Amino acid sequence: MTRDTIVSVFNEVAVSQGRTLAPLSDDLRLTECGLDSLSFAIVVANLEDSLGVDPFNAAEWVDFPVTLGDFVQLYDRAVA
Amino acid sequence: MISLWDAVAPPGATIAGGFRDRAGHVDLAELQAGSTFGDALESLADRSVLIATHEQRASALALVELDGLARRVVLCTPDLSAAQLDGVAAAAEADAIVVDSPTDRSTPAPYVVSARPRALQGSRRTRVATEWVLLTSGTTGTPKLVLHTLESLAGSLLPGPDSAPRPAAGGEALVWSTFYDIRRYGGLQIYLRAVLTGAPLVLSCAGEPTAEFLGRAAAAGVTHISGTPSHWRRALMSGAAALLSPRYVRLSGEVADQALLDSLRATFPQARVAHAFASTEAGLAFDVDDGLAGFPEAFVGGGSGAVDLKVEDGTLRIRSRRNASRYLGDGAKALQGEDGYVDTGDRVELVGGRYYFRGRQGGVINVGGLKVFPEEVEAVLNAHPRVRMSLVRARRSPITGAVVVADVVLNETSAPAGADDVKQELLSLCRQVLPAHKVPAKMQIVPALELTPAGKLVRPVG
Repeated sequence: MTRDTIVSVFNEVAVSQGRTLAPLSDDLRLTECGLDSLSFAIVVANLEDSLGVDPFNAAEWVDFPVTLGDFVQLYDRAVA
Repeated sequence: MISLWDAVAPPGATIAGGFRDRAGHVDLAELQAGSTFGDALESLADRSVLIATHEQRASALALVELDGLARRVVLCTPDLSAAQLDGVAAAAEADAIVVDSPTDRSTPAPYVVSARPRALQGSRRTRVATEWVLLTSGTTGTPKLVLHTLESLAGSLLPGPDSAPRPAAGGEALVWSTFYDIRRYGGLQIYLRAVLTGAPLVLSCAGEPTAEFLGRAAAAGVTHISGTPSHWRRALMSGAAALLSPRYVRLSGEVADQALLDSLRATFPQARVAHAFASTEAGLAFDVDDGLAGFPEAFVGGGSGAVDLKVEDGTLRIRSRRNASRYLGDGAKALQGEDGYVDTGDRVELVGGRYYFRGRQGGVINVGGLKVFPEEVEAVLNAHPRVRMSLVRARRSPITGAVVVADVVLNETSAPAGADDVKQELLSLCRQVLPAHKVPAKMQIVPALELTPAGKLVRPVG
């Protein structure tokens, strides 16, 4: 489950960066989830290691994910 | 000799422009008969002054007030520790510090500015060509002090024979904003543009969420806005970027990749999207506005005289009147080479008539526009009793350009037990003494690190 992996990585990074996460629902805006840019960079690096993909690096990618749901979808498509 | 105030308030002209932040708005015209220093302003004449305010707005006003009056102004970034501030004060021979909230500091002499100008007796008079000092990261964790003048910072924005044309009266009004802190080179450029063209400037506030800042910028009718690629990615992810309808979007401070340029063009179809190359030492070198990553080969070697570029040993070098003059402080190394060029340390490669940025020489890591010297982080790791050696390097990131990662060799090669505990200890050690962007995002314990025949760490290229 991509979503479970993503949620656990969000939690790990929040703890290590000393940040408080908002309750993670699909319509939560990423910029309101409690992580800063550096934390997101670490989330994306960790996900690349655990899922083997970096969907942000794909050539056809253009739209930035805005909500957690968008973010999960981006990874779902990349893993598929 | 012309000061910032002379340029803002030419005789007989109306003073335009001002600063807006979360707390409200202040017009530059209020400085005509007022000062945020009150009656203490005169006593700052000929001093070397650290500007170390919490909020940008206080610094924005102090700069207009002190240029032409103080001998030297030092723009302190808000992330400085008390010890770093002391080091900067010593290197700059500071005898005054400007703060915006009461302080228990007694040296250098503290001046507490008010949020709004208070009545000022007498008028402003330009008496010195003030030195401007910007801070940039150094290998040891102590900031380096980079000496500029108003001329080198503002270039053709200052009134004079080479001055850029002022916006035509009656044209559409410009409103500037920047994600940058104005106390860093990229932000200061936007500050000077706004102040010298009489345009309002919308400033971000400490700890302000991106969406809130974008909402404020949109409400203020921002037409021109700048930030690093990391700032812009963050803005696009906030879902609030589309609130803006800018005519000009500018990126600098990091490599702008094609995916981001395309995203910005799709989000702001009515805007000109440009990326610029500038550094604190080399100054502003060029703007690229053809919508493509990298820059045209023709920029290099032309030798227009205004800004000369060359590529030597794979790195971009710049010689121009926008260069800083030198580093301040004891034992500071030369900023320019003997040929007068500043080596930017940015490696470039020519591919099909265009130069592309390929990372930093010497392994300097750029995390969201902030420099990290691997040696500084390695020194922290190597101080741990169980660490034999470490290598800190960049890992590419689509969010911040790069993140810091570390490979660590432990002393007991035969006893890997407790490696996870050591990792945790090392990370918490780093978090205690380093700002967050310098703390390794990933750390792995490795059996050995490759050395050169000369016994130096083999550092990855790029």
